[in-house]
Amino acid sequence: MSEELFPEPEWLSEEVKTGTTIIAVTFDGGVVLGSDSRVSAGESVVNRVMNKLSPLHDKIYCALSGSAADAQTIAEIVNYQLDVHIGHSEDDPLVCSAATLVKNISYKYKEELSAHLIVAGWDRKKGGQVYATLNGLLSRQPFAIGGSGSFYINGFVDAEYRKNMTKRESQEFVVNALTLAMGRDGSSGGVAYVVTIDKDGAEEKCVLGNELPKFFDE
Amino acid sequence: MRLANTSVAVSDERAHTAQSLSGDAYATFIHDLYVEFLIMDSHHSYSQVKGVSTGTTILAVKFNGGVIIGSDSRASMGESYVSSKTINKLIQVHDRIFCCIAGSLADAQAVTKMAKFQLSFHSIQMESPPLVKAAASIMRELCYNNKEELQAGFITAGWDRKKGPQIYVVSLGGMLLSQPYTIGGSGSTYIYGYVDAKFKPDMSLEEATQFSTNALALAMGRDNVSGGVVHLVVITEAEVKHVVVPGNKLPKFHDE
Repeated sequence: MSEELFPEPEWLSEEVKTGTTIIAVTFDGGVVLGSDSRVSAGESVVNRVMNKLSPLHDKIYCALSGSAADAQTIAEIVNYQLDVHIGHSEDDPLVCSAATLVKNISYKYKEELSAHLIVAGWDRKKGGQVYATLNGLLSRQPFAIGGSGSFYINGFVDAEYRKNMTKRESQEFVVNALTLAMGRDGSSGGVAYVVTIDKDGAEEKCVLGNELPKFFDE
Repeated sequence: MRLANTSVAVSDERAHTAQSLSGDAYATFIHDLYVEFLIMDSHHSYSQVKGVSTGTTILAVKFNGGVIIGSDSRASMGESYVSSKTINKLIQVHDRIFCCIAGSLADAQAVTKMAKFQLSFHSIQMESPPLVKAAASIMRELCYNNKEELQAGFITAGWDRKKGPQIYVVSLGGMLLSQPYTIGGSGSTYIYGYVDAKFKPDMSLEEATQFSTNALALAMGRDNVSGGVVHLVVITEAEVKHVVVPGNKLPKFHDE
């Protein structure tokens, strides 16, 4: 009787997705990564403050999108594989290596996994780099966007991106893009997490909802 | 009539006309029919992102003294064939009122034809030019009362003496909404961020033209079923101006 009155909530059986907006952009001397913080299971928000920017190494981060479980698992495995790859060497790993490891997993398990990771970081050889690894493709780009919310900001980032922005301009660009996407995508929201990586290391920052920029709204 | 294993219902006159054609004329006739059929069919969306819409990008924006209504010019059959590169999707329903459609082209044509007729009748009765809201309301009535059968949403924009420039959106189920700017069609998902960021109330004509052209160019750059040239219609109290921006004159962005 009680089961009919209170049927099991749908979200218990829905897959947990990070319907999300993630973005990474290079600037002169490093990269800036950004993500929203909403994790949804069907129509419910199951976590409103999840940090989707995951460290793979000191100066290499990845941004998670798609199925939460798949994305987290890939990040953990690559974290381990990267350590093995470095071995006892003192040098920091190349961003390209981390991205290749992610790509290898994404490509090999293409049918089973549904996650898209953007890998970005700084290394001594090539400076700031952003790699997109969608569906097993490895592509180095000046900037990359991903997740369900990214469709809405394609026009915005195409119009607003300029080469050789300063660190401050890149951070503003990332926060603006995230805000616009969160404003239109039902699966993105919460706060904005921003990570800036340059030769000195990685700096994490959280921009709360009320501190986000405001755009025209009737 | 049967075309390549597909049955198409056509009116008696058309079927009769077909019988009297031969050779090239017949081939053209069949091609046109095929195009129409497939455009009508393309409302089964190939866009994985948003609901049901034809491959298109449409927008309307209010500026200081008028409205601009704009669209791309591509008609596609399925995902890979462009059947027309320069189709005009902006339909004039009265002197200062234009309409553009997001959704099934067949529904759009049927509704706008009816709306045009009702509007001209209405304006004769009223002995004055119709209000933009009247035009939008006629669309809304048609959409709402036939919501099971129709698959189209409309943007109606124009100028009237009572409230000046206005934009009305009639969505799929028949909701009527007035907005300062609006976008629609499959390509519109890509430019939500851009228009949200860049719109300012009370822009000048130049700013609004630049805004519309940029937005449409960005959408056409990312949506494979939008493209061609940009059609803009500028409606003010004084005149209605049709501007066409060809492909090579479109603004270029960082990766082009």
